Amino acid sequence: MAGAPSSGAKARPEGRAPFDALWRHLLPQGEKAGPFTPMSPLLSLQNLSLTFPGRTAPALDGVDLTVRRGETLCLLGPSGCGKSTLLRLVAGLETPSGGVIDWSDKRPEIGFVFQEPNLMPWADVAANVALPLRLAGVSRCEAASRVEAALERVGLKGLAKVLPRELSGGMKMRVSLARALVDGPDLLLLDEPFAALDEITRWELNDALQNLRAGVTILFVTHSVYEAAYLADRVCILRANPGRVHALVALEEARAKGAALRASPAYAQTCVRLSEGLRQAMEAA
Amino acid sequence: MIARLIPVIALAALIGFWEALVVLYKIPPAQLPAPSLIVSTLLANAPQLLSAAATTLAEALQALALATAGGVALALLFAWSPLLERAFLPVAVVLQVTPLIAVAPLLLIYLEPHAAVLACAALVAFFPILSNASAGLSGADRGLVELFRLKGASRTKILFGLRLPSALPSIFVGLRIGAGLSLVGVVAAELAAGAAGQGEGLAFRIVEAGYRLKIPVMYAAVFLLCLCGLALYGAFAGLDRILLRRWRDRPEI
Repeated sequence: MAGAPSSGAKARPEGRAPFDALWRHLLPQGEKAGPFTPMSPLLSLQNLSLTFPGRTAPALDGVDLTVRRGETLCLLGPSGCGKSTLLRLVAGLETPSGGVIDWSDKRPEIGFVFQEPNLMPWADVAANVALPLRLAGVSRCEAASRVEAALERVGLKGLAKVLPRELSGGMKMRVSLARALVDGPDLLLLDEPFAALDEITRWELNDALQNLRAGVTILFVTHSVYEAAYLADRVCILRANPGRVHALVALEEARAKGAALRASPAYAQTCVRLSEGLRQAMEAA
Repeated sequence: MIARLIPVIALAALIGFWEALVVLYKIPPAQLPAPSLIVSTLLANAPQLLSAAATTLAEALQALALATAGGVALALLFAWSPLLERAFLPVAVVLQVTPLIAVAPLLLIYLEPHAAVLACAALVAFFPILSNASAGLSGADRGLVELFRLKGASRTKILFGLRLPSALPSIFVGLRIGAGLSLVGVVAAELAAGAAGQGEGLAFRIVEAGYRLKIPVMYAAVFLLCLCGLALYGAFAGLDRILLRRWRDRPEI
């Protein structure tokens, strides 16, 4: 079952037979014990569709996808394929026009990181990070210690009293990440969070994210194969017109981290595999 | 430094030109008083004119307070309920496009002069405050609004915890425009009330001096009105800079 493209199979294009051999090669064979498997599902999307009001063409059409507890699942696809919409549906920021989002338990606590840092300019870093706690009615005193812990996790210790305008783009994004983590979410949704950053900063933040992922399920939207290859346990390639799952790719389980991973041949191969998958998705659209 | 002095130099040159024109062509003060005569008239009539200026300024500030309270409250209501906005925004627009100077005599029929002046000035200042506050409230960071929603914040919580603080810079822009307009409103209403033989503000002094052909006094009063406008604008620009420093991406140059 692990990594089998079952949920994507329905959405596969006709005439995919020539690629089957390739996909069999790409996907891991059978169940293997490892840090990322076997995992119980956290949520499953069943035949999920969304047509925006006033539009005839659906943004998403019949998406089936299971997200497993503790994994990092990247949603990769060309622009306009509905990957952000999918994330917003999971967050409850959009209402599906068809299909269901099935949570295995009750809906977990969700952290969301947007494309922009979206910080309140009038509030200092600590107050920005504390926002989800304050909205949940946590006392100022208790919030303070959790904010401090969250800032430490993202590498911003000692910057609690700084105003957002005094921070660089990368640091603002770290604040946004700390804000998403501060109330201990079970599911972290990231919508192309590092797209606007320079390459070096993006690497640093990808490293930071890799160190944060213990105990959190991550759904990460990106259009960068490099980012997906670096961060993901599985990559869901989407295609556009209408948005649907093109393929699910599971990456090998025991991988190096940080610079060692980036320098490894396996990483380069993964990038090639994902690029090829993305190319096919774009051709199929 | 020199760049800062350029407007001062330009103003001084204009006043010098005016003075020279009057002296060279021997223009009688009844037609065009020289700046030096205006200043000496101002000094000679200082107690009367300054108390009139204080009255006008106080009225403008009271009207601005009324307009701000009303404008921001209505903008909050509109932001809270789009239905109310749909219902009442056209009314606000009708108020805005009506030349309020024409309404001043009407207000004077229904209200006592002081209240009429306040009402007229407040109505003039009201719309820019309402529209700027509305724009600010609806222009809050969309991602933050969604974050508030995601964390289950109520509409009221989003309004006061996010939209209102986000709107403060826009509200201050409205205040700055409204401050100038409230002065216009006070003057218009005073002119109307003054014609009816009441009032004690600067505009009334202008009308009175006009009747008595004291042209330099008229100029002195206009000059004081100009100073009042500058003072109001400067005060709100300064407040904006001090209070909203955190909102600015970088310090103003």
